[in-house]
Amino acid sequence: MDALQQIINGLTLGSLYALIAIGYTMVYGILRLINFAHGDVLMVGCYLAWFGAVMFGLPWWAALMGSMALTALLGVLIDQGAYRPLRQAPRISALITAIGVSFLLENLGLVVFGGRPKAFQRPEVFNQLLQWGDLRLLSLSLWVPIITALILAGLLFIIHRTRLGMAMRALSRDLVTVQLMGIDTNRVVAATFALGSALAAAGGVFWAMKYPQINPLMGVLPGLKAFVAAVLGGIGNVTGALLGGLVLGMSEILLVAWLPELAGYRDALAFVLLIGILIFRPTGIMGEELPE
Amino acid sequence: MPRLHSAGARALLWAVIALALGAGWSATSAAEPAPLKVGVNLPMTGAVSAYGQMIWAGIQLAQEMRPTALGRTVQLVLVDNKSDAAEAANAMNRLVDKEGVVAVLGPATSTRALAAAAIAEQRQVPMITPTATNPTITQGRRYAFRVCFIDPFQGQVAARYAYHNLKFRKAAILTDASQDYAVALAAYFKREFQKLGGVVVVEAKCNTNDQDFSAQLGTIKATDAEILYLPNYYTEDALVARQCRELGLNLPILSGDGAQAPELLKIGGSAVEGLTFTAHFHRDAATSPTAAGFLALYDRRRQAGNLKEDLTGFHSLGADAYLALVDALNRAGSSEGPKLRQALASTQGLVGVTGALNIGPDGNAVKSVAMLRVKNGQFEFVTTIEP
Repeated sequence: MDALQQIINGLTLGSLYALIAIGYTMVYGILRLINFAHGDVLMVGCYLAWFGAVMFGLPWWAALMGSMALTALLGVLIDQGAYRPLRQAPRISALITAIGVSFLLENLGLVVFGGRPKAFQRPEVFNQLLQWGDLRLLSLSLWVPIITALILAGLLFIIHRTRLGMAMRALSRDLVTVQLMGIDTNRVVAATFALGSALAAAGGVFWAMKYPQINPLMGVLPGLKAFVAAVLGGIGNVTGALLGGLVLGMSEILLVAWLPELAGYRDALAFVLLIGILIFRPTGIMGEELPE
Repeated sequence: MPRLHSAGARALLWAVIALALGAGWSATSAAEPAPLKVGVNLPMTGAVSAYGQMIWAGIQLAQEMRPTALGRTVQLVLVDNKSDAAEAANAMNRLVDKEGVVAVLGPATSTRALAAAAIAEQRQVPMITPTATNPTITQGRRYAFRVCFIDPFQGQVAARYAYHNLKFRKAAILTDASQDYAVALAAYFKREFQKLGGVVVVEAKCNTNDQDFSAQLGTIKATDAEILYLPNYYTEDALVARQCRELGLNLPILSGDGAQAPELLKIGGSAVEGLTFTAHFHRDAATSPTAAGFLALYDRRRQAGNLKEDLTGFHSLGADAYLALVDALNRAGSSEGPKLRQALASTQGLVGVTGALNIGPDGNAVKSVAMLRVKNGQFEFVTTIEP
């Protein structure tokens, strides 16, 4: 019974990692840019939803939609300001810029929102306690995998069944050639960032509903964990990110549950997994190609 | 247009007068002694920012009450240590080397205070932590002081309360293994609880900034523990309490002084109802004349909207750290490190916000513990336990 409860706990945490990792890996898959600011974009998304819900009294779904829209806009602005000038520069420049954007967002967050955590409200529909015998489950934990699956399906549809998706896939292969074909690559990249950032906001809002406090540095750890999950699943592969997230969440919970004296090394475990996979199977569980 | 012209001339005249007055003012202020710089090293952002901001508010109010020392105005220089030990050491260096402060107030929590105390000792600049309770901060150091009780006492009181008052015999502990504060408090609680005849059935660990405690709580749920000792900081405590309820783990929770932040109530919501903890201060137990003045000032500021939360031990101990420093400066008659430390180490019967303040040669204050409990979304005073 206890083991079953721990497996449920692991799936809950894992599906949250997966939800965040999907957006992370999608941006990489298309642009070959590890967007280290993803976690901080997520943080901004949480604050926007918080403002929507607390200041304007919006229902949770409206706050979520509003936050996703505004965060998408933020993603486009970040791309315009920080990444576009570096489109032709070596990849490492863009990577370092991403780290810079991450610090900028964190510190702007500290100035604008203040350093103290704010309580995030959990909507009633996600706050039900489900119970079978000794097993307990928050209704939110049931919804998160469903929402993750829906988002994944939507994303796969966009990538594989729309013209925009076709342009994205082409762009991930060869940006210059795509430009020569007369496609406005800047528009496609902007759309990618908009999509990725909206996903970050969605992931963040559900994360904040589960762990109901938000602060300007809240995105750092989920961001890093999502990065590990993405690499674990095969970076660039959205289905792989789902798998990587679940594996990571499950291993963390089982480590703490079975080896309590090692509980302090829980975050280290994620990075040991990262190092391990980079040594033994650098392409991740699902390989590195964008799904065809 | 003569009218306009004369108006312009008058404006010019006023400007000249204002300039002359201004010059006069600056001339007189130049004759005044330079302000006395006091460093403040606090976590204004990061994991424990609530402590830093509450202490800072307390220090500022105390400065308003006693704005001078040695006949000079006290100038507070605040540096944010971002709730980080390395930053706390950087802040200390900056305050001593660049700002030339005569003493430092802060840091708020043990791991940061340990990092800062080593530098205070080396530079011979006295440091007074308002609220860091780990015993090793002042041990073997001549320049590290505090105005609060220490963890051996706090852990002991918690264990006795659990054993004698609540009549529990089996305890679970969940410790933030990355904080010296939590580790020490858990150890002292365990020692005393076992000495009394109780059993600690499980000891689980977590880290600062952890969000998910379901695995640890699952382990605790599998035992027959009757009470959970949770000696961590407010964010972790609030999240743990919520996840306890979500997992159907309805143990009473006992915590330490770190729980007394408004965030505990806001994030914890109904899950922290009944949470009981050892604290420094509750305004219902404040009786000193200094406290009366401080409370009145606090309430005025609160009504004016400058302060947004109820008064806690962090505000009051911030004020007491400042008052102890001003008192020592005046008794030392000097702001030199060695003389000032001598005066601080012989602080006797100073009436502070939290009561009479005596600091021994070991740098520690002897203080009583206030037991507090969360009731109807507020901190409620239960009882005072004398050392």
